[in-house]
Amino acid sequence: MVNGISLMLAESNVEGLARDFGDGGLLAEGAWLIVVVPFVATLAITLFGKRLPWKGAELAVGAVVFALVYGGALLLTSWFGDGIVHEGSVKIGEFGGFEVEWGWVVDGLSSMMFFVVGLVSTACFVYAVGYMKGEVRWTAFFASFTLFAGAMLMLVSAANLIQLLIGWELVGVSSYLLIGHYWEEKENSSAAIKAFIVNKIADVGLVIGIIIAAITVGTFSISEIIQRVVESDSELDDVAAIIALLLFVGAMGKSAQFPLHVWLPDAMAGPTPVSALMHAATMVTAGVYLVARMFPLFHEMAPGVLDLVLIIGTITLVIAGLLAIVQDDIKRVLAYSTLSQLGYMTAALGAGAYTAGLFHLFTHAFFKSLLFLGAGSVIHAVHSNNMSDMGGLRKYMPRTFWTFIIGSLALAGIAPLAGFFSKDEILASFNEANQPIVLLLGLVTAFITALYMARAVFLTFFGEYKGQGSPHESPAIMTVPMMVLAGFAVVAGLFNVPGQIGAFNEWVSTRFVETVGASEFLGEHATSFDVPVLLLGLLAGLAGIYLGYRLYYPDAATQKERDRLYVRGLWPVLENKYYIDDLYMEGVVNPIKGPIARFIDWTNSYIIDYVVNLVGMFTRVVGKVVYGVLDQRGIDLAINEVSAGAGFLGGKLRYIQTGKIQQYATWLFLGAVALVIGFWIKVT
Amino acid sequence: MEWFDNGWGLSLVVFLPLVGALALLAVPKDEEDTAKWVALLTASASLFFAIVAAFRFDYGDAGTFQLGTVKEWIPAIGSNFEIGIDGISLPLLVLSTAIVVLSIVYSWDHWPEPHNPKGFLILILFLATGMAGTFVALDLVLFFVMFELVLLPMYFMIGIWGDKTKMKLPGFNHEVETRLYASIKFFLFTLFGSAFMLLGFLALNFRGGTFSIPELTALGANGAFTGTFAFLVFGALFLGFAVKVPMWPFHTWLPDAHTAAPTVGSVLLAAILLKLGSYGFIRISIPILPNEARDWAPAIAILAVIAIIYGSLACLAQKDMKRLIAFSSVGHMGFVMLGIATLTPVGITAAVIGMVAHGVITGMLFFLAGSMQHRYHTREMARLGGNLKLMPVLGGIFGFTAMASLGLPGLAGFWGEFMALLGSYEPLAGLSLGVFRTAMVVGAIGTVLTAGYLLWMLQRVNLGEPSEEWANHEFHDADRFELVAWVPMLVSILAIGIYPKIITGPANDAVKAMIETAF
Repeated sequence: MVNGISLMLAESNVEGLARDFGDGGLLAEGAWLIVVVPFVATLAITLFGKRLPWKGAELAVGAVVFALVYGGALLLTSWFGDGIVHEGSVKIGEFGGFEVEWGWVVDGLSSMMFFVVGLVSTACFVYAVGYMKGEVRWTAFFASFTLFAGAMLMLVSAANLIQLLIGWELVGVSSYLLIGHYWEEKENSSAAIKAFIVNKIADVGLVIGIIIAAITVGTFSISEIIQRVVESDSELDDVAAIIALLLFVGAMGKSAQFPLHVWLPDAMAGPTPVSALMHAATMVTAGVYLVARMFPLFHEMAPGVLDLVLIIGTITLVIAGLLAIVQDDIKRVLAYSTLSQLGYMTAALGAGAYTAGLFHLFTHAFFKSLLFLGAGSVIHAVHSNNMSDMGGLRKYMPRTFWTFIIGSLALAGIAPLAGFFSKDEILASFNEANQPIVLLLGLVTAFITALYMARAVFLTFFGEYKGQGSPHESPAIMTVPMMVLAGFAVVAGLFNVPGQIGAFNEWVSTRFVETVGASEFLGEHATSFDVPVLLLGLLAGLAGIYLGYRLYYPDAATQKERDRLYVRGLWPVLENKYYIDDLYMEGVVNPIKGPIARFIDWTNSYIIDYVVNLVGMFTRVVGKVVYGVLDQRGIDLAINEVSAGAGFLGGKLRYIQTGKIQQYATWLFLGAVALVIGFWIKVT
Repeated sequence: MEWFDNGWGLSLVVFLPLVGALALLAVPKDEEDTAKWVALLTASASLFFAIVAAFRFDYGDAGTFQLGTVKEWIPAIGSNFEIGIDGISLPLLVLSTAIVVLSIVYSWDHWPEPHNPKGFLILILFLATGMAGTFVALDLVLFFVMFELVLLPMYFMIGIWGDKTKMKLPGFNHEVETRLYASIKFFLFTLFGSAFMLLGFLALNFRGGTFSIPELTALGANGAFTGTFAFLVFGALFLGFAVKVPMWPFHTWLPDAHTAAPTVGSVLLAAILLKLGSYGFIRISIPILPNEARDWAPAIAILAVIAIIYGSLACLAQKDMKRLIAFSSVGHMGFVMLGIATLTPVGITAAVIGMVAHGVITGMLFFLAGSMQHRYHTREMARLGGNLKLMPVLGGIFGFTAMASLGLPGLAGFWGEFMALLGSYEPLAGLSLGVFRTAMVVGAIGTVLTAGYLLWMLQRVNLGEPSEEWANHEFHDADRFELVAWVPMLVSILAIGIYPKIITGPANDAVKAMIETAF
């Protein structure tokens, strides 16, 4: 049944466009285990997790460690071997001429994602074992968390669009479950619903995009679609822009791009390990991954859509960055920061820089999940999300402090940490694409990024402690994962140093064996530093940190006074999130839930059913009349009866009684028989 | 096993429940255990033979009617006892026999007032014969008899065991008992449709000279039915089936009937009875009158998407949980009808899997709503809340089933919806692309509303802290009868979601063959 087709090395290799990739042998053929193991673990945790010594957490951690080891093995084999490109599949159904398959792609791009998802998941799962101690519904938490890991791995390993959609929506549902983990509070369950619905709205685009692509190409297979792009298939070319646009609408939901970004800040209602893994490192990068996976389609056949991608990404990176400055909730600072960084990734893809966008996805996963775990550690210690309850924590929590500093510097793009290299490559790509305005906004946001991170660091860790009780450092089970991620936040940037090290670029372009020439469509990749941009980017970061230091380092009696930056006119707008949420709630959601739904229900009862009831009553009246006419008094009294019937109709219309069903039935059948006879006469 | 393949097997599937019902008549009323066992055994035997039929079925030839027979039945009007199954009816046959068994298991300890298990079980068994009979019937008269056979038991089930509270009819001052209003409305509405359907059947017989569905199909494919005649016949059949589905705007019997019916009644109604309508379209209307189907298809598609949006919006306005689930059927059957309207193999296969999925999922939701009503003695969502805390197992299953109902990929509901939308992007050649593509977009938007009302329902019922009314109340979580009835349904929701080939394997070939013959 398993139909493991390792794609043949392209014979048209002669043209020199395709590289010689290996098929990965047994390792790649068994890669379906990466997806299946977490799903099986989810089922096992749900069914009997409570009876295990760690109440299911051991299965959860085991599953993601397995994914990490397997994904790491694939990446290393691919990297130090000749690269792996392999596709396997199992047929699971057929609809008309469409075969539905579950498949797994092992190539550089998916291997890189396996590794990132595996590593960050492992860190967050282990951390969660400490963080969730004593919290409600431990087993359910780990079941949903493992479901997420499986869904995410299913998404990145997808060989066809329908499987991608399945992983995509399962990611969404696990996000719903985890955001709403503390569902006793209505606020949390509402945040969960919001996340699900916003994503579902975006999925309308994704679903239709997939449908159009599948009908046009005749299959859901991603490599087949890319093949058609390479062949410049004219039929596909006609609808490529629409497909690309619709797929991007889907991506805008998962990757929380303006104007569908509203769900992500509210998603912070979930436990912090969830925010770290899903709402920073992996789930929200699914949209970026989708665009990257389909990049040749965008780049070759839908350049106009790519421009839109650039615009949306740029808007998101700016507006979300500004919002991060005014937040008091430390997780919300990070949430808006995540939006902003996702904007960078999206904009990079929009500027045609495939590698740069993915590289930022890669580095950001490490330092942003690190920051979230650090925030979680702080929240764990002070029992509040608000920075106004913090201050001076560096003395109490040195490990958290130092790892948080590393993460913040990496995010601010300070050399030589990971964020420096990836952000620089993005900024350079804006320059390369001849987009001065985007470049300027990118630089300004780099400054804003450094500013809000400096603000968060100073307000949280410097000055005097202003909260309740005495905070304490988190246990090793939480700090060790943070240190591991901190290590990656330091070195991850070195996988892609323009002109020096091309490892990352090699990974993500290890694709398309069969689709010769497709690697041509992977956009631009910088081979050398763009020195002026590099210096400007670095300067923006340093300036942001310096301003943050001047504004927020001085201690004050209360945190509120320390938080002294206020821009009249702008700040109220930011505090109200540009009124976008209000617009959606008041303009769309509430009208539908309220008056529109009630109106529909009203038409059901008062229009359709009214007619039905009237017909019922009328039939009954006619029945009575006819009965009276034919059976009781004879035809001569008919006139009187009819008028009496009319009187009855007028007077008693407001009543209905549960009449005799036989009577109705009789009349209906008599009517039917009469019609049959009429018909029969007409036919013969 | 030759006897089995010659129609005896299917006859056993259909008539064993009837035998059980007759046997029950002889069981004294107070020997309830005997009555339960007789019912369970005959229904299980029927399911067993349906499963045997699934194993005897030749999947390589799923487009041909199998395991059937033709015997002279009413020679005076030329009607034969003609039965058989193909890849479309097989999944539905297994589904209907299985749901009956599970309903009996569920009822074991949950008898609705006024009790009387014997009478209740007799009705279930009558229903079982009618439902299974409809799916195997290949003769229009037989089909009609079976189709109508389900009507009376359901009427009595709602009318006797239904909701006794009084209701005010919207727009009228008079109050009536909910169960009486609902049962009569259900009966008359369906009868109204059936009358036209019978008319259509007779007309086909006058013109075609036979009641045999395969023969009429062959005639239809050769263009025997055309013009005004065919148009009117299709319209008559349409009325019969559309009421049963139900399609908008013939759906108003459904919320009332579902809400008033006892739990098992709602389950059978949602899981199987609605399918009789959509099955009628697939088995009779389209293959016998293909050209008319083509003419009517855009109208059907439009009504289908209206149902999707209308049903979902109406759900958002509901305060009664059971009524909400009932309205959700309107939307879900909208997807089934949209799939059928495309007249493509993709769309109709989607409809078949959508029918099975809706049967299992919505049947399950009604079981759950019934069990909750049994415990809380109310269906009003405003009074509920924190159910997941009070009853973790039942609440968890409720959450899972609601997720399945909103079409979550990986669970059964997804395939029917997605593939119906896919089908409507490219309907049968010649159908208006504008109508169908608009329908696709509107239908896709409907999935957002569907997610909205189901998640909102979960929030109101399952999540939050239990209200004061229930906080100190002891509840028993799902009991063993409930679990025995539910686990097979939950497993099949997951199994069909992961491996839709269970359904599409036989269905797709049969649908392809049918479309090829018809168009």
